[in-house]
Amino acid sequence: MIAPSAYLLLSAVLFGIGVVGVVARKNILIILMSVELMLNGVNVAFVAAGSYLGDVAGGVFAFMVMTVAAAEAAVGLALLIALYRLKETVDITELKVLKW
Amino acid sequence: MVNGILDYLWLVPALPLLGVVLNGAIALFAERPLLLKEAGGHGAGQDDAHGRQEPPAYRKWVAFLAPALVGAAFVVALLCVLSLASRPADGRTFVQILFPWIQAGSFFVPAALQLDPLSSVMILVVTGVGFLIHVYSVGYMSHERAFARYFVFLNLFMFAMLTLVLANNFLLMFVGWEGVGLCSYLLIGFWYEKQSASDAGKKAFIANRIGDFGVLIAMFLLFWTFGSLTYTEIFAKVPGLLGSGVLTTGLATAITLLLFLGATGKSAQIPLYVWLPDAMEGPTPVSALIHAATMVTAGVYMVARSSALFLLAPDTMMVVAVIGAVTAIFSATIGICQTDIKRVLAYSTVSQLGYMFLACGVGAFTAGIFHLMTHAFFKALLFLGSGSVIHALSGEQDMRKMGGLKKYVPVTFATMFAATLAITGIPGLSGFFSKDEILWQAFSSSHGSPVLWGVGTLAAGITAFYMFRLIFLTFFGDSRMDPEVEKHAHESPWTMTLPLSILAILSVAGGWIGIPAVLGGSNLFAQWLAPVFHPVAAAGAHGAVAAGAAEEAVHHPAALEIGLMALSVGIALCGIGLAYFLYRVRTGKPAEIVKQWPTLYDVVVHKYYVDEFYEWAVIRRIVNVSTGLWQMFDALFIDGIVNGVADLVRSAGGRVRRLQGGVVGGYAFSLLAGAVLLVGYILYRSVVQ
Repeated sequence: MIAPSAYLLLSAVLFGIGVVGVVARKNILIILMSVELMLNGVNVAFVAAGSYLGDVAGGVFAFMVMTVAAAEAAVGLALLIALYRLKETVDITELKVLKW
Repeated sequence: MVNGILDYLWLVPALPLLGVVLNGAIALFAERPLLLKEAGGHGAGQDDAHGRQEPPAYRKWVAFLAPALVGAAFVVALLCVLSLASRPADGRTFVQILFPWIQAGSFFVPAALQLDPLSSVMILVVTGVGFLIHVYSVGYMSHERAFARYFVFLNLFMFAMLTLVLANNFLLMFVGWEGVGLCSYLLIGFWYEKQSASDAGKKAFIANRIGDFGVLIAMFLLFWTFGSLTYTEIFAKVPGLLGSGVLTTGLATAITLLLFLGATGKSAQIPLYVWLPDAMEGPTPVSALIHAATMVTAGVYMVARSSALFLLAPDTMMVVAVIGAVTAIFSATIGICQTDIKRVLAYSTVSQLGYMFLACGVGAFTAGIFHLMTHAFFKALLFLGSGSVIHALSGEQDMRKMGGLKKYVPVTFATMFAATLAITGIPGLSGFFSKDEILWQAFSSSHGSPVLWGVGTLAAGITAFYMFRLIFLTFFGDSRMDPEVEKHAHESPWTMTLPLSILAILSVAGGWIGIPAVLGGSNLFAQWLAPVFHPVAAAGAHGAVAAGAAEEAVHHPAALEIGLMALSVGIALCGIGLAYFLYRVRTGKPAEIVKQWPTLYDVVVHKYYVDEFYEWAVIRRIVNVSTGLWQMFDALFIDGIVNGVADLVRSAGGRVRRLQGGVVGGYAFSLLAGAVLLVGYILYRSVVQ
């Protein structure tokens, strides 16, 4: 059996890649994908902890997160398309109408 | 106990209030849109093409409703008073509690009406004269565009005045007191497009407010001393509190002086009389109703109502008597030189009110109320008559442009002449009995003195002079009218002449209910009011002095009373003779006199420069202080605080807004940094523990 620390390490690495993607990239599509990556990193941690502790709640939370992630992806992509039609760009640094 | 008709006493003020509601609805929903349309100027051309427009239908309703409801109130009032009169003399106080009004701890004020001999005289005068003036107004205001609005105010005035005289406590009376002040303001400024009219309204209101301040403080003191504001309770407690030393003469003097301050405001006495002559800017029936017959007598009524307290304060009594006498002669002398017919009457009103206060001040409250009643008849008549003259002359008020009107307006002339004889004090007419009663009391009462009598008698002579000057200038001699105006001069319609005739009868006969014993009468009026004034006068240590006043009068020989009467009539006849000489025989003489003493004439014609003095001594100063407060306190301090807060928020916001860079990456980074810090802190805490 693989030690739980390995799962948690994987989870942390996935989450970290996601964070770097969100902070560093300019393409909104990539940022959304990075957010998905962060969520999945969390999911790995949930499932691993649930399995290790023999508690089914971990798995339930993972499903919960997936549902939210699906909804988030749908809304996010819809916003993205609307934004692209308006601005003809997906570069996030171009979107600063609210700047003072 | 079966009270019969007295249980319907509440209808007396309620009926005019119903008039306010109904006429108010008409004024708001029928008249106002019409006036606004006219003001817009779109309908004007159309009217001219068709000539005179038909008067709108609502006018008939208003013309019927407003007088009819007041007339109904008069009938109810009359029945109530008759019912009251059928009771024994000591049981003639009827209190009707409508509902508890204010209840806070030991402070309890009911909304209650009290009918006793004093208030019954008042409600009969108010509703009776008020009804006649409402009828007259229908004719007088027939060319007025804001017809319904006028009657709303007039009905509201009747309601407030009846509340004032029927209230059974000081606070409810004060509500009526303020109500009549408001209506006076609204009606003086009825033609508010005219600057002078709206100024006069404000002047009246502000002068009254100064007096009201006194009444308010007096009410605080009354409640503080007696723990109640109800008349019957206060007056019942007077002897007990006198005995226990709570109610000192000083306290009574303070209370009564403050109440009297209110009376000087409402009843136009020195030093607050200045508003009344200016109040003549209002429509003439208003001058008759509010500024001659009813509202201005409210001060006299209040003093008489509080007679039990006034009698405890000899100093106040003296102040009241002196102010009354000085006002009587002071304003009479101003009346000599006025040329506006209504202003002559206004100064005459101030002067006659002075007589009433003179009577109150010497402890002759009955005589004061008697004069109040007869004055309401003849002064209302004089004002309505002058209104009829003004109406006939298409709005001309200057007596220098009248003359010879006798043949144009015979009914007006006859009735006004009767009223003039009454105010002059010709024996047999109402003014004679009331005025001579006052003068006799001023001479004989323990509070009075021959000096007060002398001043009063002299004022009576001046009154006779200026009243006959008015009559001679207006109705006799050659016409000095504009030919254009003279062509249209006409007698007024019956709605105006009928009230004049009824008031003329009252002016002649109204005094017969108070014929003094010395002339073989039984003075029914004094007997009727005796339960109000005498039990209180008899109660208490100080009261004994006042009670003695009435008895003391008996000790004077009848010959003295008749002699003084003859003397005052003689002086009045001298006044008439002088007026006849100056304005009928030697008409050039007045101008010569003016030339001979230009300074004296200048001072009198400018009303002794009292308005100018007030302007300089009070108004200028208040305006200066207010300007200072506005510039120093308001503009610098208050605005400084408000603007300071705004500046603080703006500069703080200016710094904070730099965080909102608009770069999404920046937001994401700060999110991350926050999360790292938070997690780091939690880890740190768990490690430390």
